[in-house]
Amino acid sequence: MSVVEATPVTVAAPEPGRGVRLVRRLLHNPLAMTSLVVLLVAVVVAVASPWLAPYSPEQTDFSHTFSPPGTPGHLLGTDDLGRDVLSRLMLGARASLEVALLAMATAMVVAVPLGLAAGYFRRWDAVISRFTDLLLAFPFLILAVGLAAIRGASLGNAAIAIGIAQVPSVIRVVRSDTLHLKSLDFVAASIADGAGDLWVLGRHVLPNATSVILVQATVALPAAILGEAVLSFLGLGIQPPSPSLGTMLATAQQFAARAPWAAVLPGVVIMVLALAFNVFGDALRDALDPRGSRR
Amino acid sequence: MARYLITRAGQSLLTLVLATVVVFLGMRALPGDPALALAGEDRSPAGLAAVRHEYGLDQSLPAQFLHFVTHALHGDLGTSVRTGLPVSSMLGAALPVTVELSVLAIVLATLVGVGAGVLAAVRRGRPAEWFANGLALVGLSVPHFWLGLLAILYLSVATGLFPASGFVSLFDDPLGNLHHIILPAVILGTGLAAVIMRQTRSSMLDSLSADYVRTAKAKGLRPGAVIGRHALRNSLIVVVTIVGLQLGGLISGAVVTEQIFGLPGFGKMTIDAVFQRDYPVIQAVVLITATAYIVINFLVDLLYSVIDPRIRVAGEA
Amino acid sequence: MSTSTAARPEEPAEQVLDVRDLSVTFRTESGTVSAVDHVDLSLARGEIVGVVGESGCGKSVTAMSLGGLLPGSARVTGSARLHGTELVGASEPVLRKVRGRELAYIFQEPMSSLNPVLSVGRQIAEVLQVHEGLSRKQARARAVELLALVGIPSPATRVDTYPHQLSGGMRQRVMIAMAVACGPQVLVADEPTTALDVTVQAGILEVLRDLRDRLGTSILIITHDLGVIADIADRVVVMYAGRVVERAPVHELFARPRHQYTAGLLAASPTPGRHAGTDRLQEIPGLVPVLSTQPDACTFADRCHAADDLCRGSAPPLEPQGGGGTSAAGHVAACWHPSTETRTLAATNQEPAR
Repeated sequence: MSVVEATPVTVAAPEPGRGVRLVRRLLHNPLAMTSLVVLLVAVVVAVASPWLAPYSPEQTDFSHTFSPPGTPGHLLGTDDLGRDVLSRLMLGARASLEVALLAMATAMVVAVPLGLAAGYFRRWDAVISRFTDLLLAFPFLILAVGLAAIRGASLGNAAIAIGIAQVPSVIRVVRSDTLHLKSLDFVAASIADGAGDLWVLGRHVLPNATSVILVQATVALPAAILGEAVLSFLGLGIQPPSPSLGTMLATAQQFAARAPWAAVLPGVVIMVLALAFNVFGDALRDALDPRGSRR
Repeated sequence: MARYLITRAGQSLLTLVLATVVVFLGMRALPGDPALALAGEDRSPAGLAAVRHEYGLDQSLPAQFLHFVTHALHGDLGTSVRTGLPVSSMLGAALPVTVELSVLAIVLATLVGVGAGVLAAVRRGRPAEWFANGLALVGLSVPHFWLGLLAILYLSVATGLFPASGFVSLFDDPLGNLHHIILPAVILGTGLAAVIMRQTRSSMLDSLSADYVRTAKAKGLRPGAVIGRHALRNSLIVVVTIVGLQLGGLISGAVVTEQIFGLPGFGKMTIDAVFQRDYPVIQAVVLITATAYIVINFLVDLLYSVIDPRIRVAGEA
Repeated sequence: MSTSTAARPEEPAEQVLDVRDLSVTFRTESGTVSAVDHVDLSLARGEIVGVVGESGCGKSVTAMSLGGLLPGSARVTGSARLHGTELVGASEPVLRKVRGRELAYIFQEPMSSLNPVLSVGRQIAEVLQVHEGLSRKQARARAVELLALVGIPSPATRVDTYPHQLSGGMRQRVMIAMAVACGPQVLVADEPTTALDVTVQAGILEVLRDLRDRLGTSILIITHDLGVIADIADRVVVMYAGRVVERAPVHELFARPRHQYTAGLLAASPTPGRHAGTDRLQEIPGLVPVLSTQPDACTFADRCHAADDLCRGSAPPLEPQGGGGTSAAGHVAACWHPSTETRTLAATNQEPAR
């Protein structure tokens, strides 16, 4: 005797496309929407900051140093050189976002092909794994120290150091997703049909790995924002007098007791930016997770 | 088990060799004549020649590498251009501070992170979970050096509860040492605690819905045993790996934290060296960090195999 | 549905487990879902009762509700008495004392149901330490004996192995050893052989039968596999969409299915002697419905070829079914238009193994 057929319990309604469902889920998540609005505002302000900022960020005014927030003409006060804090915050946020995007792009450009290759071609896996181990052995600050020693400290070098430091974790995630996808029937069938490796990778693996890559990119951004702040704070990133949230904190540290606002505000901006990216990243991951809101 | 260990040890050794090559080549990639950089003040032809000979720069590249490695293995990491002291003795003074700071930060972060993660998973959907999740997100997003600045500004300077900077040795004055290092360790641990909490929570949620947890309940075990012995033990496998991977971030964080709190550790030594172009020190710092990272992750792998019998004992099925 | 609390003549007298009017509902995002609706069930000492039905019919939920193992979103009402102890609504500490000691479970997936990071000996010993207060050493010695009892070769070495080192059948034997460690009165086996190879299945069923014979354990076996039922059960309970639709001694059920659903189930199963081509296997059209409230109708009506307005207008009660001579004793079915078929071929030839 045999088995009573096991049947699914519900008949699913025709499913809307993955993208539509994703957007719908995000729209229904108030946290995701809030963070998205914050990010949009930040991006608009950053892009328009050269025109929006009330003063040139490097314009000093020695007759108005350490003006507290609320001073007429200086909404958020001035720093030790009389520079307008609001203007510097705007351009600092712009620099932060620039470094973050550059770092994320570096990480993705290097890591995604390597991750795909490691997951898809068994022979490359060991080599790429050793490469990943090697990269991990150089923490981002140490990479930045090395790069600064060899090439000098700059925005670009900071972004490269941060981006390279993010490469291993992206490789890892893309690799394991590729391994998973490769084992799925439709990919295995395509390989069995004699499709070329590059075709299978481009047609089947990469499109299905997009969501994982997207989440990794979102996670990379807040880490890069924090990384830029650290490097600039230490003098290994954006060089003064160019405004950067990290360098603002470094200067403010010396006068923190006298002008606490100059030490508090840049940190708040960094935190809000990073928090918005992190919250949005979480929401994105939840929305992409077929099991529903898990994390 | 033995085979696994040998494989992992071999991989770690290979990574270590590669890292050494990278550091060595990195030093050769310095702009200009490395002898000029290494010589510091004394730039006379005789001095430069002496430097070239000391660092083996007059030899072929492989010979130079061999020279570099044998000296490093003997604990000779060169001489600081800035202080004139052997780099190894500078490291000997600075490393204990950094190690103490990092270990304390890891311990605090693990206690808080695992505790909050378990709580959030067990109290799923209740206010406690929301609170823990929110706190972890903030902990993940806050620049911890800024938190350090605020702590100095509002805790040390304003109330005098903690010293704003400075350090006393653990062996001279254990209490004073703790007093100096506890605040930096808490600050350094925030980010790590947030990462551990999120990881613990998510793997606890997986474990708690696993069939073996239902079995444990069906056996009539108390909730403590179900959560601790069955769910948490499985979750820790993932958490331990994460802690190992976070080590790089922790080393970076330690550098900044030391800079802010004026702790005479490895980080301060690194930053000073960068700005004074003290190349022997930079070279040593990069090499030591890479070595520490590789060795510690090998130890993490050992720990991993202690927790997970699927690695310790090869399967027959 | 019969809600009478009067003694039911079809039940044997010495009942270890007596479930009456058991209902389970779940709160979900899309409202309340009814999973089990007024189920009556009993288990005599040393008896093996099979609960059979398609996925989603509520058989597993019924089993889990007995030990309080359902998630927090479940609401259980009715009564389930285990040797006089009321389980429905009992406090956690009370249930904890019952679970593993008087009421033990075996689950479907022996790999995922065993903890991968603890040795099998430790997992068996745990039950003994909790319920019988044995020391770790004593519990370990008992674990070795239990492994021998369930037919695991060289138990003294197997006790220290981890689940991943054992085969699926061995793992399920470990699960059984763990379940019977404290000599429970009732063993609930939820699809115990579904994840196993057919050759291994027979061995596991043999172990269960052997335990019943030697220890007098009552076994409630949940399955969708009529072969398992025929092999091991004394009595059968057929569930559909959360309700008991038929209950009968095993031979009687296979020979004279009365409920149209049971008849459909049997027709959908191949039996020796029936040949494909001449006598096609019939599938039951449609799916088990998901119900937010149990309607006053036969829930099978939508899939039933014999259904009429009566079926759609009121729920049929569980009523004694006659016509089968002495073996019909204890045969009840909830059907307005019971099947009159007597399965001559296989069902009577293929006597259940016991």
